[in-house]
Amino acid sequence: MDVIPDAWTWLTTGEHWSGESGVWQRLGEHLYLSGLCLALACAIALPLALWLGHGGGRGFGGALAINISNAGRAIPTFAVLVLLTLGPLGRHGDLPTIVALVLFAVPPLLTNAYIGIAEADRDVVQAARGMGMSRAQLLARVELPLAFPLLMTGVRTAAVQVVATATLAALAAGGGLGRIITAGFATYDTAQVVAGATLVAVLALTVEGVLALAQRLLDPARGRNRARRRAPAAAPAAPRTPAAPEPVERSTP
Amino acid sequence: MAAESCLTRNEWICGEYVSSRSDELGDALVEHVLITAGAVGLAVLAAFPLALVARRWRLAAGPVLSLTTILYTVPSLAMYALLLPVFGISASVVVCGLVLYSLTVLVRNMLTGLASVPDEAREAARGLGYGRVRLLFAVELPLSLPALMAGVRIATVSAVSLTTVGAIVGHGGLGNLIYSGMDSYFKAQVLTASVLCVLLAVTADLLLLGAQRLLTPWTRHRAPRRAPRRDTALDLADGPADGPADNLADNVAKGV
Repeated sequence: MDVIPDAWTWLTTGEHWSGESGVWQRLGEHLYLSGLCLALACAIALPLALWLGHGGGRGFGGALAINISNAGRAIPTFAVLVLLTLGPLGRHGDLPTIVALVLFAVPPLLTNAYIGIAEADRDVVQAARGMGMSRAQLLARVELPLAFPLLMTGVRTAAVQVVATATLAALAAGGGLGRIITAGFATYDTAQVVAGATLVAVLALTVEGVLALAQRLLDPARGRNRARRRAPAAAPAAPRTPAAPEPVERSTP
Repeated sequence: MAAESCLTRNEWICGEYVSSRSDELGDALVEHVLITAGAVGLAVLAAFPLALVARRWRLAAGPVLSLTTILYTVPSLAMYALLLPVFGISASVVVCGLVLYSLTVLVRNMLTGLASVPDEAREAARGLGYGRVRLLFAVELPLSLPALMAGVRIATVSAVSLTTVGAIVGHGGLGNLIYSGMDSYFKAQVLTASVLCVLLAVTADLLLLGAQRLLTPWTRHRAPRRAPRRDTALDLADGPADGPADNLADNVAKGV
């Protein structure tokens, strides 16, 4: 099987990278679409999650956040993309793609941020309230830093999801790296298909890696963790790691 | 007369489409169900030994978990495209891609479930003379079923929606109808197939929920009888479904 060397040859051929439908052009479209949609989704989901988690009806908010996230998983992105393209939005260029991507980035952002805020260590929150912090101070200086790891997990999930979904836009005649794959399919050029798929996979992994690094650098509890031996940050981290190897290790004889 | 038909007017909702193309819809639905069920079934079979290995040897846990998570970040269109040279144009491409995606959720939930088995239960079984294998299949596995089933439900629902992308290799079940409907601007076909797809996901989820309740009768009977321990019982039963595991699944869910 010489698909892999062929794909490598495709990738290292300069002319495939330049021009109207070259890799750079598609990569730019892909990043522009993903970035815009992620920003829009954050602008919608994060304030809502903060409000719901901070007290906007705790039971109702929780049910809403979990249900939105569950429903999001059942709805095929591809179908929504095609439905929007065929609908009235279809006449407005990238708009169907943007709407579909935002729609699918909201659930992970909303659920994770909500759980992070709602499950911020109640003792710490009570203590902060006892010290006379206002609601705004409480949110900005206690709940947000405690929820940060989970919130960032949501952002990472949403980002990878958006990058992945932006690939599907090509099926519905949108731009982005998916176009390289679909163009390869159309001309039965397996090397190009594999090259395009590799590019998308590498981009998704890069985005995940960059955001994971950003999370580590931006974590407001970073300095404190080291100083106080992770005491404040332990609470919100707990629900995130149910598969942690420690309890497993203990159970083995 | 023909001009009156909702097919010629290309409406979104069209009863005539459903009645005249019921064979086509049925075939697509059957293919969709077969691909999804086959993929989730294979994934459960593959995830179980992986979870056992990850539990038994701590060194293996890291690589197994990170490998399955990395697989999850590969976009579905790219995944199917990458598997294409391996299987050629066939349904195996889609099934294999879905298996790889399902592994993440399944392995993690199995580990969570096995870890949540109370030590007392394990000790009691060991005291009764249960060997390693019998302990696993007669005590640990049943007790970790709620977490396992939560994972299976998430994997199934995601697989139903990811199958549609398989239309790119011609084996997307209902996705084929969506894809061809997009090219021909056939609104009724796209909407009907999409709605069927969502209904299929919801039906599968409810069926699995029913199966879980049948398989774990103790989670239903225990709660009311032992009122003081209710919280712990519910935590064990529902925790993985609505709490950490669900949230974990969201961490990795792409829903593409």
